[in-house]
Amino acid sequence: MGHFFSYIVEPGFVSSQPVRTALLVGTVVAITSGVVGVLTVIRGQSFAGHSLADVATTGGAGAFLAGISQFWGFLVAGVVAAALMEGIGVQRRRGRDVATGVVLGAALGLAALFLYLDTQTSSTTGASFTILFGSMFVISPDTVPALIASGAVALAAVAVLSRVLLLTSLSPELAAARGVPVRAVGAAYLAALAVAVSLSAVAIGAVLSTALLIGPAAAALRLARSPGRAMAAAAAIGTAATWIGILLAYDSYDWPPDQHGWPVSFFVVALVLIAYLLSYAHRPRRRPDASGESADKLQEAPACSPA
Amino acid sequence: MFTGLMLNTWIAASIVAVIAGVTGFFAVIRGQTFAAHAIPNGAFAGAAGAGLLGLNVIWGLAAFAIAGALSIGALGRRARQDVVTALILVLMLALGALFVSFSTEYAEVTYSLLFGEVFGVNQNVLAPIAGLGIVAIGLIAVMYRPLLLASALPEIADAHGVSTRRMELCYLLVMALAASMTVPVVGALLMFALMIGPAAAARSFAKRPGPAIALAVSIALVTVWIAIIASYHTNWPLGFYVGVIAAGFFLAGSGWTAVRRRWPARQPTPALAPVL
Repeated sequence: MGHFFSYIVEPGFVSSQPVRTALLVGTVVAITSGVVGVLTVIRGQSFAGHSLADVATTGGAGAFLAGISQFWGFLVAGVVAAALMEGIGVQRRRGRDVATGVVLGAALGLAALFLYLDTQTSSTTGASFTILFGSMFVISPDTVPALIASGAVALAAVAVLSRVLLLTSLSPELAAARGVPVRAVGAAYLAALAVAVSLSAVAIGAVLSTALLIGPAAAALRLARSPGRAMAAAAAIGTAATWIGILLAYDSYDWPPDQHGWPVSFFVVALVLIAYLLSYAHRPRRRPDASGESADKLQEAPACSPA
Repeated sequence: MFTGLMLNTWIAASIVAVIAGVTGFFAVIRGQTFAAHAIPNGAFAGAAGAGLLGLNVIWGLAAFAIAGALSIGALGRRARQDVVTALILVLMLALGALFVSFSTEYAEVTYSLLFGEVFGVNQNVLAPIAGLGIVAIGLIAVMYRPLLLASALPEIADAHGVSTRRMELCYLLVMALAASMTVPVVGALLMFALMIGPAAAARSFAKRPGPAIALAVSIALVTVWIAIIASYHTNWPLGFYVGVIAAGFFLAGSGWTAVRRRWPARQPTPALAPVL
């Protein structure tokens, strides 16, 4: 049994400092992304979430150029892009897509420039790969407190706003009728989204952070009946995927090709997708009059009449 | 500036701009911006995989782009399309990350596939690009009317017996075709900028679909041409200029819409009336 255990958990896994940092950061990231992700899926803003992640690439490349920690670059770029998207107009579903796309296109252009300048000014060509696809094993322990603090801020913002956010997500008209400042709430939510995305960009890379944001949340919304429970389930699924992913990546140093670990991000994304596909196996009990599944009900705005 | 390799660049970029303008217009009116982002981006993973196996990059791009388009089209019916698009995209990107980490020369390959290698276009790539481009435009031309109807007024299309699902699948496949052809030239990330910016700007200036498509193509062409000249002189990446110029056109379009809304053209202000 002991032998089997050491086969699964390689010797040195628990005592290794990079692994400890990775586990800690991964947990913070998974919880924040899971909670914010549920709102993202309910609001139908997966594209905005993904775009903010891609835009974070620009910030990461810029930060690399300026010689500061990537995380601050991710964060600043994300918040600025969120403000721009809000400014151009993300209220209507269709116009929102185009506004998101245009901001994304411009930001990617800037990313191309920054990455190009990075390769001009330094010899480390691996920078673009780390920024885009991330590596949890190279997070410097110095940034950990900042990561935890930003995660806490995003979670607190969501906790304070959660009722209002759900109301504006499901029925903007009703919310407006009750005097909720729909636009300000939307902007606050986008800011929280930017923070969550920056966090997971550090962990699994800007391009893949969408996986932790959308995957666990979409799976959880199929399983859970209330948004609160869905948030808890999403956080749990994300954390599990991250931990198992880190473990597998650590083990993969012994896999072919020799002495070359597989990327953590790959395992995390694969596990998240497996969780999402498994959630299809769960058949929610239907009420006799309901035609849609529970997830669809949560996701699609019920025709709320001001009762 | 117009000799040898540079001439190839001009030709390839112009073909790509025409395709991007036409397919982008439908992406914008269909509200499928996210798919337009996901398909070229995911195709990048296929290119990385093909490089690993020693195959021609085009095959990897085509395989992943088509697989991505089919799964977005098929799974998007069961769950919400943006969620499915996001998950398919990250799956393909994660595979790309895995493939890239296996190959030895990853940094340059990744960079050029994501951001393009427009100044290294080879003579013998031009014919396949042009051929695939003609096929893509031809397909759009064949299904022009039903596609337009299904995109703009899905309910009416259904009533007329046009299958909106089949139209969506066909359209996504054309986008996959366009993506596998354009990614090696302008890169996965910029194909997207070139599709959305010009088409969104064109919609602000032209109301009828025909002129709007023509305008989208023209704006895309002007964008890449300016970008090539600027990039040639400054040595900065082409993608930077494409992204920024496309966004500039979109802003100009939004500004124009705002102006038109405030001062409608049909009622010229009294001061200008004698002049007009």
